Amino acid sequence: MAEYFASLSAVDLVGRLPAAAAQGLVWGIMALGVYITFRLLDIADLSVDGTFSTGAAVTVMLIVAGWNPWPAMLVAFIAGLAAGCVTGLLHTRLGIPAILAGILTQYGLYSINLVIMKMKANQAVNVDKYGLAITGRNVPVSIVVSLLIVIAVLIIMYWFFGTEMGSALRATGCNQEMSKAQGINVSAMKVLGLAVSNGMVSLSGGLFAQYSGFADVNSGRGSIVIGLAAVIIGEVLGEAILGKKLNFFGRLAFVVVGAIIYYFVYTIVLWLKLDSNLMKLFTAIIVAIFLAVPYLRGQSKNSFLRAGKNSLGSREVK
Amino acid sequence: MLDIKDVHKTFNLGTVNQKTALCGVSLVLEEGDFVTVIGGNGAGKSTLLNAIAGVWPVDSGTITIDGINVTGLPDFKRAPLVGRVFQDPMTGTAATMQIDENLALARRRGKKRGLRWGVTKAERDEYREKLKILNLGLENRLTQKVGLLSGGQRQALTLLMATMQKPKILLLDEHTAALDPKTAEKVLAATERVVNEGHLTTLMITHNMRDAITHGNRLIMMHEGNIIYDVKGEEKKKLQVSDLLQKFNEVAKEEFSNDRMMLS
Repeated sequence: MAEYFASLSAVDLVGRLPAAAAQGLVWGIMALGVYITFRLLDIADLSVDGTFSTGAAVTVMLIVAGWNPWPAMLVAFIAGLAAGCVTGLLHTRLGIPAILAGILTQYGLYSINLVIMKMKANQAVNVDKYGLAITGRNVPVSIVVSLLIVIAVLIIMYWFFGTEMGSALRATGCNQEMSKAQGINVSAMKVLGLAVSNGMVSLSGGLFAQYSGFADVNSGRGSIVIGLAAVIIGEVLGEAILGKKLNFFGRLAFVVVGAIIYYFVYTIVLWLKLDSNLMKLFTAIIVAIFLAVPYLRGQSKNSFLRAGKNSLGSREVK
Repeated sequence: MLDIKDVHKTFNLGTVNQKTALCGVSLVLEEGDFVTVIGGNGAGKSTLLNAIAGVWPVDSGTITIDGINVTGLPDFKRAPLVGRVFQDPMTGTAATMQIDENLALARRRGKKRGLRWGVTKAERDEYREKLKILNLGLENRLTQKVGLLSGGQRQALTLLMATMQKPKILLLDEHTAALDPKTAEKVLAATERVVNEGHLTTLMITHNMRDAITHGNRLIMMHEGNIIYDVKGEEKKKLQVSDLLQKFNEVAKEEFSNDRMMLS
């Protein structure tokens, strides 16, 4: 035991944190995409597990083919938009429940991603051979570049959801009946939201692939859970720190903070020399707890057990 | 202003739950008509309003609003012509959005929603003025979330939203039924004011026969998917609750155990 603790070095942990921040920023873009569907549209969209890999695959293959990374990421964004459209149309035009529509898209994308990657599960993109926007070899530059991208995304999102179209999208997620009565095409808004969300997830996948130096067909697996974790951690933290002063921009920014914290925790788990494969279990438990807390809090104020205890002359019913 | 011709609607056709909700309804409303609609449960009142709003397509018949045949249009495409207030106060507003944002959504009904700002400063001043008319103190709470408002406040806000862009027809589906009597009275008074000031063509469903008589210039009674009684003008003014009860008795002798009717 003592040997185990002796092997842990605080300096080592601190040294790993910048890399965690860089990855958190990259995943923050993904989490912002999840925020659009999960919080604004009130849809749990599982296509993101597929579109994250799509973004990685498209970006890496184009860079390897000689493209500049920025237009490559733009194409990845558009590919994500298209995939999101498919989910949206399956849901709105064909009446498939949103969660199933997302699963179908994600499932189908696995094959498409393999085709993009020339039927290889893994495609490397070496920073020595190609110019990359960010790379794990140069963490400080990666942090600056991804931070700039995150800031741009935050500003665009804040602006868009303040516009007429953005308001209509938010109204759709809040109250469809009312939206239709106000002349909003709710199906179009859902498709738009799913498309933009998946475009952002795909962009994030493209950045992540460059950071890691390869695209993997499985890189998106479970990304919805990480995205949700970031959204939820960010919300809880934002509300704890800013309380009622937490405005829309703050909420968006804290989603990114949530993603960074997730990666800090991930790094600590690795630093503790736990098997990184256990991280999925930790994440699932964390997300389940945070999703359950608001419900349980409501229950504690509003339970039969409590009403029974408070009632006059209560005796246990045998 | 509104012309309904021989509209039929049957729900769940071919199943055990088959229910003919409208059988050959025809109705013509002149501009500025304020029509109250009464009838027992299942008479087809809400179905008629939903048919006009375009919640689902009708089986046959024609619906024309302000000279435009809307029979083939879904609800969101009819929205520029139709203002709606629902029975449930939660239905008409977006709870997680601010009061001014809700009003701004309503102000853009029937207009293209582009990338201009969702709410402008000039609009806010205008909303403040309009909210003052409701006399509920909402003019000082523009940036509050609508979810914080009471049912009555939300209904009044919905009413304002429904009439923000002058609708060709205003549909009120028992919009005071879920409110306590005092609040219901206030919302009804606000309704009367808004309808009169805007000279709005209105259909209002109510279960309160006294309200049905006091408000509006015309009254229709529905029964089993059709309009069975239609009075207007002077004749309506002389109407008594007892007359309506008698009318109910005539058409539905065996069904007159409907408790909501008895209570009013």
